[in-house]
Amino acid sequence: MKKANVSRAAYQAGGISVLLGLLVLYPWVFTDPYPRHVMIILFMYVALGQAWNILGGYSGQISLGNHIFFALGAYVSTILLIKAGVPPWLGVLPGIVLAGVAAVGIGLICFDLRGHYFAIATLGLAEITYIIFLNWDFVNRAFGFQIPMLKHSTYYMQWTSKVPYYYIILVIAVGVVAFVWRMDQARLGVYLKAIREDEERAKSLGIDSRRYKLLAFFISAAITALVGTFYAQYVLYIDPDSLLSLEFGLLIIIIPMVGGMGTVLGPILGACLLIPVAEYARITLGGGGKGLHMLLYGLVILVVAVYEPRGLIGIYRSLRKGRLEVPLAANASPAAAEEGPPE
Amino acid sequence: MLSTQLLAQSLISGLLMGGIYSLVAVGLSLIFGLMNIVNFAHGDFLMLAMYATFWANVLLGWDPLVTLPFVLLVWFVAGMTTYKVIVRRVLNAPMVSQMFSTFGLGLFLRYGAYFFWSADVRKVNENLLSGVLDLGNIYVTKAELVAFGASAATTSVLFFFIKKSRLGKAIQATSQNKEAALEMGIYTDHVNALGWGIGIMCVGMAGVLLATYYPIHIYSGWTFTLISYISVALGGFGSFWGVYLGGLLIGIIESVLGTVFVPAFKMVFVYVTFILVLIYRPRGLFGKF
Repeated sequence: MKKANVSRAAYQAGGISVLLGLLVLYPWVFTDPYPRHVMIILFMYVALGQAWNILGGYSGQISLGNHIFFALGAYVSTILLIKAGVPPWLGVLPGIVLAGVAAVGIGLICFDLRGHYFAIATLGLAEITYIIFLNWDFVNRAFGFQIPMLKHSTYYMQWTSKVPYYYIILVIAVGVVAFVWRMDQARLGVYLKAIREDEERAKSLGIDSRRYKLLAFFISAAITALVGTFYAQYVLYIDPDSLLSLEFGLLIIIIPMVGGMGTVLGPILGACLLIPVAEYARITLGGGGKGLHMLLYGLVILVVAVYEPRGLIGIYRSLRKGRLEVPLAANASPAAAEEGPPE
Repeated sequence: MLSTQLLAQSLISGLLMGGIYSLVAVGLSLIFGLMNIVNFAHGDFLMLAMYATFWANVLLGWDPLVTLPFVLLVWFVAGMTTYKVIVRRVLNAPMVSQMFSTFGLGLFLRYGAYFFWSADVRKVNENLLSGVLDLGNIYVTKAELVAFGASAATTSVLFFFIKKSRLGKAIQATSQNKEAALEMGIYTDHVNALGWGIGIMCVGMAGVLLATYYPIHIYSGWTFTLISYISVALGGFGSFWGVYLGGLLIGIIESVLGTVFVPAFKMVFVYVTFILVLIYRPRGLFGKF
């Protein structure tokens, strides 16, 4: 038994090394800007989805406001760059700190709220932020900021090639995944899962649930802000509509949801499935496609929520068991539904 | 600059709008009370009712008042169908599934409307309810007044239906204790479906009335989902008239504070109210639990 475990770990290590090697080589195989761009966006969403997963998937606190932190990261570094000439390498730090502090503040106020109350409270805060940014002169209202393309300059984190961006976001995504992978088995991950399953019982076992949820929210927000700064430097244009709208907030959530919440692989699978499809739809359908891809997201969210709340991971696990398990409460007769365990 | 007259005007406008919020919120609260599920597609049914009114007006030349009974019927069936096809499957699922099932449905409806009818803002033509009344320097449209009255009347009818009729008592019983209701021979599955039918019918009614004077847009539904949710939280889950008053209060808060401070920030005041309620009085103003 022990031996089997060792060889499995070896396979795993080998597989991961090969995969990482391929990802490092990718921009040298695909030299066109477009395939590189798709992968950059994909890594970005892996990191964002994984960050959301730390709080939402592991502790079960559904935040509909993670895009607040993304916007904070993007705006802080951009404002520092434009108004004070601070390079984004430094500008990213105050953004991360601000997002982390904001998350702790929100957590202190809202973590007593259960279930959908927490979700709607965070959504309300996101909408408040959106309205404030739309009307606030300091952040240039609805116009946002265009970051001037100074030159091909590593100091200002601006390049004419996509390759440096590719490696930066690859490092971020791999780092975040590695962190969650470690966390999954470490104390923080185990505690968060315990809180998700039964918060009262977790408390009675001596877990300071508020403290661990705050920690998870802090980490989640900090990562999201980091990616926000990256995004601002990559796209060189930020405005409230693209950073603070509900659509963007939803996209962050749908990725771990489709892949499988509360798992390490979930956000990766979700991003690999959805981002290429979304990018393809955006290119082929053009302007009129915006509505269509949101329509599809709606359908995907609905179907996943009803039939397989555990996402792609859940389908995989069911298949591996050799039979497709009857999904939660699906096909249930009303009588069977009534007899089911209380939530 | 800020005259008493302007304040009075904003108070009345807010109150009249609050009537619509109340009607939508009462439907949401009924569904929530029965099965502890928040319908995040609630406002999107309202948006669709507004579009139904618009298209019936443009294509068939129907007055909104003619469209009303048809919408009520169709929306009742749509509510029951939503329950039977979607909600019933997540009754015992984790909260995340319950939340995202209706959330996904709402997105689907919203962007379905976008896909077919684009994001243009539409208005219904002159209709039976067009016209402005002068109440001593305070102006209200006939449509607003009728919508407010109809909302109050519908809510009252619904209240007596729930309190007095046999079916209404079954709804009460199911809200209070599902297992006990089942023991008493109440087929709670049908009661739930009825709750969805009535809840969505209220939304359909609000949508038609709103369409007579309010711009029609695909995103207006989502705002109404949030506002009705907040009205329910403010009024208190489980309190029928509390929710009604919650809707009126939200209408007034939005309108008066928007007038006194910055109109662009009126939704900010609503969200802030909501968060303050959650912190200081989580059971709402009139809530029982």
